[in-house]
Amino acid sequence: MIPEIGQFALALAFALALVQSVLPMLGAARKNTVWMASATATSIGQCLLLGIAFFALMRSFIISDFTVLNVAENSNTLKPMLFKIAGTWASHEGSLLLWVLILALFGACVAIYGRNVPASLKARTLSVQAWISVGFISFMLFTSNPFERVFPPPLDGQDLNPLLQDMGLALHPPLLYLGYVGFSIVFSFAVAALIEGRVDPAWARWVRPWTLAAWVFLTAGIALGSWWAYYELGWGGWWFWDPVENVSFMPWLLGTALLHSAIVTEKRDAFKSWTILLAILTFSLSLLGTFIVRSGLLTSVHAFAVDPERGLYILGLLAISIGGSLSLYAWRAPAMEPGGLFRPISREGGLLLNNVLLATATASILFGTLYPLFMEAFADEKISVGPPYFNAIFIPLMLPLVVAMGIGPYLSWKRANMKGVAQRLYAVGIATAVIAVIFWYVARGGPVLAYVSVAITIWLLLTTLREWASRVKLFEVPLATSWSRAKGLPRSAHGMTLAHAGLAVAMFGFIGSTVWKSEEIVFVQPGSEISISDFDVRFDGVERVAGPNYVADRGALAVYRDGEFITTLYPEKRFYPVAQSQTTESAIWSTLAGDIYASLADPADEAVDASGAWTLRILYEPLVFLIWLGSVMLVVGGLVSLSDRRLRVGAPKSSTLATQPPNAAPAE
Amino acid sequence: MRRLLAFLPVVLALVLGGVFYWGLNPNRNPNEIPSVLISKPAPEFALSPVDGTGVPGLATQDLETAGEIVIVNVFASWCVPCRAEHAVLTRIKREQNVPLFGINYKDKPEDAARWLEDLGNPYTRIGSDLDGRAGIEWGISGVPETFIVSSDGTVLHRTVGPVVGDDAVTKFNRALQAARDLESAS
Repeated sequence: MIPEIGQFALALAFALALVQSVLPMLGAARKNTVWMASATATSIGQCLLLGIAFFALMRSFIISDFTVLNVAENSNTLKPMLFKIAGTWASHEGSLLLWVLILALFGACVAIYGRNVPASLKARTLSVQAWISVGFISFMLFTSNPFERVFPPPLDGQDLNPLLQDMGLALHPPLLYLGYVGFSIVFSFAVAALIEGRVDPAWARWVRPWTLAAWVFLTAGIALGSWWAYYELGWGGWWFWDPVENVSFMPWLLGTALLHSAIVTEKRDAFKSWTILLAILTFSLSLLGTFIVRSGLLTSVHAFAVDPERGLYILGLLAISIGGSLSLYAWRAPAMEPGGLFRPISREGGLLLNNVLLATATASILFGTLYPLFMEAFADEKISVGPPYFNAIFIPLMLPLVVAMGIGPYLSWKRANMKGVAQRLYAVGIATAVIAVIFWYVARGGPVLAYVSVAITIWLLLTTLREWASRVKLFEVPLATSWSRAKGLPRSAHGMTLAHAGLAVAMFGFIGSTVWKSEEIVFVQPGSEISISDFDVRFDGVERVAGPNYVADRGALAVYRDGEFITTLYPEKRFYPVAQSQTTESAIWSTLAGDIYASLADPADEAVDASGAWTLRILYEPLVFLIWLGSVMLVVGGLVSLSDRRLRVGAPKSSTLATQPPNAAPAE
Repeated sequence: MRRLLAFLPVVLALVLGGVFYWGLNPNRNPNEIPSVLISKPAPEFALSPVDGTGVPGLATQDLETAGEIVIVNVFASWCVPCRAEHAVLTRIKREQNVPLFGINYKDKPEDAARWLEDLGNPYTRIGSDLDGRAGIEWGISGVPETFIVSSDGTVLHRTVGPVVGDDAVTKFNRALQAARDLESAS
């Protein structure tokens, strides 16, 4: 009964979305306020109905209702409750339901909180949002119904892919989708503005909080996914340039560009058509991600079940939404008059550089991700593009960006005083050089690029801190005065400092764990000792343990440093009988300085197996912790910025142009 | 100019869309790894026999002197899937009467001999590829791998991984049939 209620709610939501996709749009054209206002009610209604459908499906998972095909295929009575719940969004159908629920959620949020958005723009935005809804709900109803029944019901389910039975991955999709799909509302705003034919600073101000919210979720989602890969896949890395990782990373890069270009549109009325284009492209890349993951177009470790039929449907949706919006753009954008003029060396110039580099990076990742497909299509050759390409192209693009990122906040709008900026930065430059040289002296070894990267990262951290310190006049005035100045600063300023510093912190982690990583792969027998970095590790054998729905071989490793016992690591090799697959549970001992990372692999040789020997992989990855810390700082920075009064709904409509630019160079 | 530039995104999107449409072709499997050897002559190699098996070694010429299509299977006693595949290959050889040659990849001769003694030896010839050089020549990505080679020594088919399970066996048999058709046509 309950699954049918879910199915019915889904169909009703579809009907509401159909109404919403037409009525408010017509209302906006004919200035009919009632038709326009209907969007608010239908948005909220859609969200509630999809919520009902989602919880109906979740209930089927919780009570293990195997009459529902989706549950039978992805759950099992032995599975822990948490993963039963997470199973709701682990399959193709269930995750799609989550997708449309989040889509409707953002629509409802705009409907409820967007009171200060002009009625016609709001109506059009929600209508566009409903177009996307119509596309995806119909996709579910026609090709991927999550409530399909099965008769006779199986006694027990087939269990969820064990790799996905993990805390990090239970949370990863919802966060990632909040980010992915969150950009839909920005897209809708952009398309509505194109239809309306008007883009102004006010538009940018309405759009920014949504962009920022989506960006925060996407950052958290990607970081969580990377964390999962780090400790679950057992490969000892946190980023693999896998197509599916790339398709989540591209919207992030472009979303970051959008976040910054919208500032220029808001403050200076410039970059208008570019901001609109970024808004469209960011969501287009999110859609592209949905398409690639679900169509089996590319080879990847974490694609959903391959079904060309579904792929065709999504491709159709993509053609309509992306093709349509970009055509609209081609038609309307040239009419947008360019706004405020500026000199090359200025805040605008800095943000332009930011945008150019981020867009180039996105384009080159897109190119690398799709290149194998292109080669196959046009040259009939099968190739794969791996990390060497991405590293070779991404790092040289990012390093100048990071250098500029340090300087950018010092530049004033329109025209920056080059000399003044240089005066404020030369001390930071010297400090950077000194610290970098000391670091080189201590660390030694490793490629030159690593030291250049470290120097640039130090530069970013110091310039960011210096900029914040000079705003609150730290150490120039009594601490109490600094404190009150800090409280007086707009929250967006704190947010920016936190996020920029977070990137610097994460970069130390990226560099440290990439360049100074040490790795040992050895055959071990109980009693074997391995030394790695400063550590000595003793293998104490393997015992068999039973989990709720798996059995595991658990190794024990005693870790010593300078003869002193530190910890015992228990890497596991799990076997899930129902799903007939194995997973590697690596054991990690984490400190600020670095992680000791151990994973157990099958014995490579049967003869060796008999003697109780195992293949053991031990890595020492310096500074990995900083990646997660930096990610948290990025997310918190975004949240702090989001809480800024200026972005809050209902904030006074004072033009920000009139207020003093917060970054005006203090008289020195 | 500005107007033209504004059209650039939609044009690029359409091109991408076209390629995606092509990519959705259901007969296309992105996970398939084609061999660079397909329809090329088998690589040059000469392997000594595996001691204790009693069958001769394997070299490039042997593929041609057989005078008919042959199956070349890369296996090792330490490889677990090979054990499952062994039974399938034995059956294919018996039922279809195709010569089956083996390349014993990075394996100790005594282990290989014991393994074949336990399971039975379906191979007419086995080359001992102790250092894995022949494996490199054949471009294998792991063990087991199975090739079908025509009577003139041309590689016609490659299966990566074990020929086990209905799906893989059907595919392999189909490839074998295609190779025979090709043979009788020429």
